[in-house]
Amino acid sequence: MDWQAVRLSVELALVTWLVLLPAGLALGRWLATTRFAGKAAVEALVVLPLVLPPTVLGYYLLVGLGAASPVGAWLATHFGVQLSFSFTGLVVASVVFNIPFMVQPIQRAFEAIPRDLAEAAAVSGLSFWQTLWRVELPLAWPGLLSATVLTFVHTLGEFGVVLMMGGNIPGETRTVAIAIYDRVQAFDLAGADRMALLLAVASLVAVAASFFASARLTVRR
Amino acid sequence: MRPAALRHGRQWPLAATRPDWGRREVLAALGAFGAGRAPLGAAVTLGATGAAVASAPVATVAAASTLKFALETIAADFERQTGHRLRLVFGSSGQFFTQIRQGAPFHLFMSADEDFVLRLADEERTLDRGQLYAVGRIGLFVPNGSPLRPDGQLKDLAAALADGRLQRLAIANPAHAPYGARAREALTHVGLWPAIEPRLVIGENISQAAQFASTGSAQGGIISLSLAMAPALATLGRFELIPAHFHKPLVQRMVLLKGAPPAAVAFYAYLAQPQALEVMARFGFTRPAGAR
Repeated sequence: MDWQAVRLSVELALVTWLVLLPAGLALGRWLATTRFAGKAAVEALVVLPLVLPPTVLGYYLLVGLGAASPVGAWLATHFGVQLSFSFTGLVVASVVFNIPFMVQPIQRAFEAIPRDLAEAAAVSGLSFWQTLWRVELPLAWPGLLSATVLTFVHTLGEFGVVLMMGGNIPGETRTVAIAIYDRVQAFDLAGADRMALLLAVASLVAVAASFFASARLTVRR
Repeated sequence: MRPAALRHGRQWPLAATRPDWGRREVLAALGAFGAGRAPLGAAVTLGATGAAVASAPVATVAAASTLKFALETIAADFERQTGHRLRLVFGSSGQFFTQIRQGAPFHLFMSADEDFVLRLADEERTLDRGQLYAVGRIGLFVPNGSPLRPDGQLKDLAAALADGRLQRLAIANPAHAPYGARAREALTHVGLWPAIEPRLVIGENISQAAQFASTGSAQGGIISLSLAMAPALATLGRFELIPAHFHKPLVQRMVLLKGAPPAAVAFYAYLAQPQALEVMARFGFTRPAGAR
């Protein structure tokens, strides 16, 4: 078992989640509560990473953000940040390919909240933040939970983008999914076996737990 | 809390390879940001342990897949003797060439085809023009139970193609893997290339080609001598060398890239020492003429 890769994957998933949760919350709530011209276009952009082949996404990230690109060169000279073949680059890629997994469940959850609840809260003198914190978030909680689980599990399993953008560098960009591929190539089927089983079980447990939790949360209301 | 079962005895968390924003810095920054907030506790813990461990500069070696078993042996000896830490990454030389031009943080590049090294040197991405370290060989690997015969002259391959015994033959990708390019040259030399092309399964690198050839998904494969001599493969089938004049020689060259840390420089020197050369010879590599 390649614990280094397991740890790296978990760290990547955590960082992705931390970055994406506030942004996903804002974007999901905005899409759920407002109507505007061009909303369909924004929603399509949000879902795009879901339908795009990972290699296409990885290719554009590599070419668009790599050291040879204008963006990559600018980041390197001004901030000393290199995105291709580094953990930082994986975080950027991971945030991008997880946008639909984070935003969609949150948007659906906020859409399910009756508008008059927020209005009633406003009439009762609650501020926007108080309404969000005390009324909307407790109701949208199952959506946030499934967004979290989907983002986490998806990050653990993503392969194409990570390989294109990150290469296969142990301790920096070799995630569990890449490590499995690496073990197979190294004739270490037993090692690949163990990690594949770990990923399968972790994914199943996470998804089952989120279903279970959201069912309980819904019943309690 | 470090698991003992780490390969090559390497430790994690490993230091980022560059002084700029690597994995540890990102985690440490997020850890600091989230300090004191209960839901972020897990991230804080991870970030803190990441930052707390002293960061000895680790050298990252990008090596041709054919070196897989030989280099793991040599690197383990080197780490034990010097206390330096290495990260070994294996793949096709052409892929590493592209990745290095994209700015991949490798320190030592060991290429199965010296052209890639010389082209990087021409682009001034390397410290110098490097040095030759080995000449590789290819041969036909036939897994146990296959209807093919391990015939290095490739005559049986032609017969098997004609009588239907050959369904699939594994080679490495000729577009970017030197061993794949030499396999194509050898097949062209015996006049088999156009006929056999639809029957090929293409591995990303020679190690994957060997994996295809040894697990029975193909009736055989053209792989490197060094992989065929590895204990993991030797028991899975039979191997016979293809005559060297069937293809251009696999002259292999290694080079230090700009910014290589002391561990990489030390390993580069160690690879020319008798102890390392002995391991290379054990895996079937010969010394190139003109090697220092």
